[in-house]
Amino acid sequence: MAENIAEKLAQKQREISIAEFFEKNRHILGFDSSTRSLITSVKEGVDNALDACEESGVLPDILIEIKKVDKDNYRVIIEDNGPGIVKEQIPRVFGKLLYGSRFHALKQSRGQQGIGISAVVLYAQLTSGRPTAVYSKTGKDEDAHYYELVINTQTNEPEILMERVVPWDRPHGTRIEVEVEGTYVRARKQSIYGYAKSTAIVNPHARLTLVEPNGDTEVFERVTEILPIEPCEILPHPEGIELGTLIKMLRYTERRRLTSFLTNEFGRIGQKTAKEICAKAGIDPDVNPSDLSRDQAKRLLEAFKTVKIIAPSTECLSPITEELIRKGLEKEYDVDFIATTTRDASVHTGNPFIVEAGIAYGGSLPKEERIDILRFANRVPLLYQQGGCASTHAVEKINWRNYELLQPGGSGIPQGPIVVLTHVASTNVPFTSESKEAIADIPEIVDEIELAVRDVARGLKNYLAKQKILAKRKEKEEIIERVLPKLAEKVSEIKGAPQPDIQPIVAKIMGNVLVQKTTEQNDAACTVTIRIKNFSESLKEFKLHEVSSVEIEDSTPKPRVSSFDGSFDNMWKVSIKPKSEKKVRYKVKSEESANTSPLVEGILAEMVTGANALPKKRTSE
Amino acid sequence: MKAEKDLLKIKKEKDSVTKQKLLKIIESIYDQFSREQIPQLLIPTRTKSNIEFNEESEVWVYGDRESARSCKTVRGAYSLLKSSYTIEFLKKQLDESRSSTLRELYYISEGWKLAKFREQPESDRMIEDLEIITELQRENFHVRPEENGATIFGPIRIKENVERRGQVSERVIHCVDDVGEGGYQIPYNVDNLDFVEHDAKFIIAIETGGMRDRLIENGFDTDYDTIIVHLKGQPARSTRRLLKRMNERLKLPVVVFTDGDPWSYRIFASVAYGSIKSAHMSEYLATPAAQFIGVRPSDIVNYDLPTDKLSDQDVRALQSELTDPRFATDFWKEEINLQLELKRKSEQQAFASRGLDYVTDVYLPERLTDLGIV
Repeated sequence: MAENIAEKLAQKQREISIAEFFEKNRHILGFDSSTRSLITSVKEGVDNALDACEESGVLPDILIEIKKVDKDNYRVIIEDNGPGIVKEQIPRVFGKLLYGSRFHALKQSRGQQGIGISAVVLYAQLTSGRPTAVYSKTGKDEDAHYYELVINTQTNEPEILMERVVPWDRPHGTRIEVEVEGTYVRARKQSIYGYAKSTAIVNPHARLTLVEPNGDTEVFERVTEILPIEPCEILPHPEGIELGTLIKMLRYTERRRLTSFLTNEFGRIGQKTAKEICAKAGIDPDVNPSDLSRDQAKRLLEAFKTVKIIAPSTECLSPITEELIRKGLEKEYDVDFIATTTRDASVHTGNPFIVEAGIAYGGSLPKEERIDILRFANRVPLLYQQGGCASTHAVEKINWRNYELLQPGGSGIPQGPIVVLTHVASTNVPFTSESKEAIADIPEIVDEIELAVRDVARGLKNYLAKQKILAKRKEKEEIIERVLPKLAEKVSEIKGAPQPDIQPIVAKIMGNVLVQKTTEQNDAACTVTIRIKNFSESLKEFKLHEVSSVEIEDSTPKPRVSSFDGSFDNMWKVSIKPKSEKKVRYKVKSEESANTSPLVEGILAEMVTGANALPKKRTSE
Repeated sequence: MKAEKDLLKIKKEKDSVTKQKLLKIIESIYDQFSREQIPQLLIPTRTKSNIEFNEESEVWVYGDRESARSCKTVRGAYSLLKSSYTIEFLKKQLDESRSSTLRELYYISEGWKLAKFREQPESDRMIEDLEIITELQRENFHVRPEENGATIFGPIRIKENVERRGQVSERVIHCVDDVGEGGYQIPYNVDNLDFVEHDAKFIIAIETGGMRDRLIENGFDTDYDTIIVHLKGQPARSTRRLLKRMNERLKLPVVVFTDGDPWSYRIFASVAYGSIKSAHMSEYLATPAAQFIGVRPSDIVNYDLPTDKLSDQDVRALQSELTDPRFATDFWKEEINLQLELKRKSEQQAFASRGLDYVTDVYLPERLTDLGIV
């Protein structure tokens, strides 16, 4: 009986094509709601276009055009100025799932698995029943090839419906046209417009032109002519490699000695480290790697963890850089303050990664809404599943009340005029699902994002503190420059008495050093008194100068006198403690000298009231 | 003629004392400048946390807490500047024997540039500040409020002393026979009134015009020999001062009849205990002997009155009264807590649900008997 059932089942058991699988599970690839499906179609096309341009060193110039076909269907056109695709490859690039150039490479790129664009082709034929049209041209003197194709879902192979050479005025590039079911929205962040705007922020070297269904055209202009540094491929790093992978590598390597295997198949392992690893694992360094048992492989893996191996090379990564994140935010937002940071590279499960963050504050950002978090992974905006993303979790952990933002309960996404940007660049960004909308909560990554966001938040805090001091200073200036003089004038007017000198009070309010000069005329000479009072909180040391046309007399204390151009520079060294007072008194037989303002040297102008401060050291000595 | 001259002489002397007191404030600011102190003025803190009961006068007055208006802050500096402009103006007004209304003062400040008041409540507060510092009243500054239209009606004959263009004249008025149905309008300066004679047994002060008219239409004043004072909402100082003077001089009991909601209890409190805003004048304005007739929250239950739901603001106001020292009596605590429980309020005119005569035939006589007045 049992055998019979097994036999029967065996008749039904057959291979499932990957294309068939995705036909049934398209939500996994980001084709769930009709709004999102349209965005995903655009996103996959633009990701490919940007990757292609950057790999060939061309400044991307990408057209995104959405046309309404009928009630539910839209025609999506993505055109780039990239290197084009050679004729033979076109059908497979677009008409075969899991076909691509980047899956095996350990370097940072937007697309990875070779699923994205062919999934769009599949989605198009499923929802509109129409084939995908592709134009491609690899050079000025080459022909432009035109294909119409669909995917045979049973075999996961392209089916070409039409193929011909067409005239195309572009020197090189690729254009894809798909007709898909979808809904076009504009108002929110989760829209094609929002996607284009976000993409423009983190790809400041790209020009994106968006033509919307109503004919509106928006150009997101590039702000730099410099392409991001092209990341290069690297060897796998021993840290975080899994046992199965290691066993596979050992079995198929062409190396005949273990040390040679270690130094040639992994990054960051030299002769010395290789020997150390072998010693730790208790394995002969000269053994043939393919002879290693499972147990030995396991010991090798343990040794990777205990021996100190330098972090993986970061040449495979291409961060946006602090400067370009700033430029990107600047061009898309009208704000008062921006801080950006690019952290040093770290490693998660053997993959190097770099976290970058930016914060934009004030300006025209709404004050009473939750802050916007712009999440990016390998320069691709993440629009959905914000709540499930490591970037969001890192932002939520921070106490934003320190930054004068509303944060009910002391955690979670705060409210305020802020945009936070996070970017994770890695050879392998761990997404929570194949639709690549949320980064998984790998502790190393969450920590790095949190540190990056804290870093830019600190910048914001300093800015806000400075603004506060400025506001306070401004307030004090209003008091001393506008109100106090008027008050002194008014009370003396009502009282019918001479106006009091408000300088001491000005010095007191500002916390300054007061230098108050009074003169008394008696017969031939003037008695000059200079009162110095320190209203600040710290000891002040400076030089006091009085310039006179004749020599001064009877001075207490005695000044140091030097003469220049027929004048005399009388200098006293002053050292004065907080809240204390000193006096300089002398006689002079010239009224003119008695009425000039004293000069001070070695103290900031804004710290003194009643004297002119010299900006630099005098050279007359 | 001689009496008139004396009166003018007394006035001049009073004005000169006022000027000196105002100038003392200016002196103080000037002296602080000379002594190199950041100028400031100290004024008693005007919140419910800084009022205390004065055993002697039995009213609530300001406590010892003081707030400084200091040039250390922009607000304080502007406040001092505005004070000095205001004092300059008042001094000139006193010199010229003229007067102005609170509203006029606000408009006059239009020309003061930096010292201009932003809104009338600000200039009103400034005058109150100056009253508190000088321990004088705004009448001494020749500043008066707008007439607010509060009236009295009942068996009393009063004498007005009116000064106009330096001429003083007298007028005797009976507050039933010589006035229309609207009653005698209370002037802003009731200290110029003399009480000639009366036939009243008590005074009833009423919050709303509708209830006042009801009592007059029903002949309550003649049936019970009572003077009916219309408070017109939160009573003006002159109304409160008149109640106090009649209570003290004529030894007439005062009862207060208001709606049954938290705002009305505050009306009673300002009549009987003194208001928080003008606690510096409580001894001059409050009538500690005044009694509350109703509407009490317990009346809502006892007389089964039609009600409205308490608003959130009402609830907050009641809760605030529970921490107001003026309401810290067993009576008020019980009544306020009862109302918070009921979550309802009633107007005085709700008695109309029992017929138009119910309030004058049943409710008020019952309550007046309770209070031992009839």
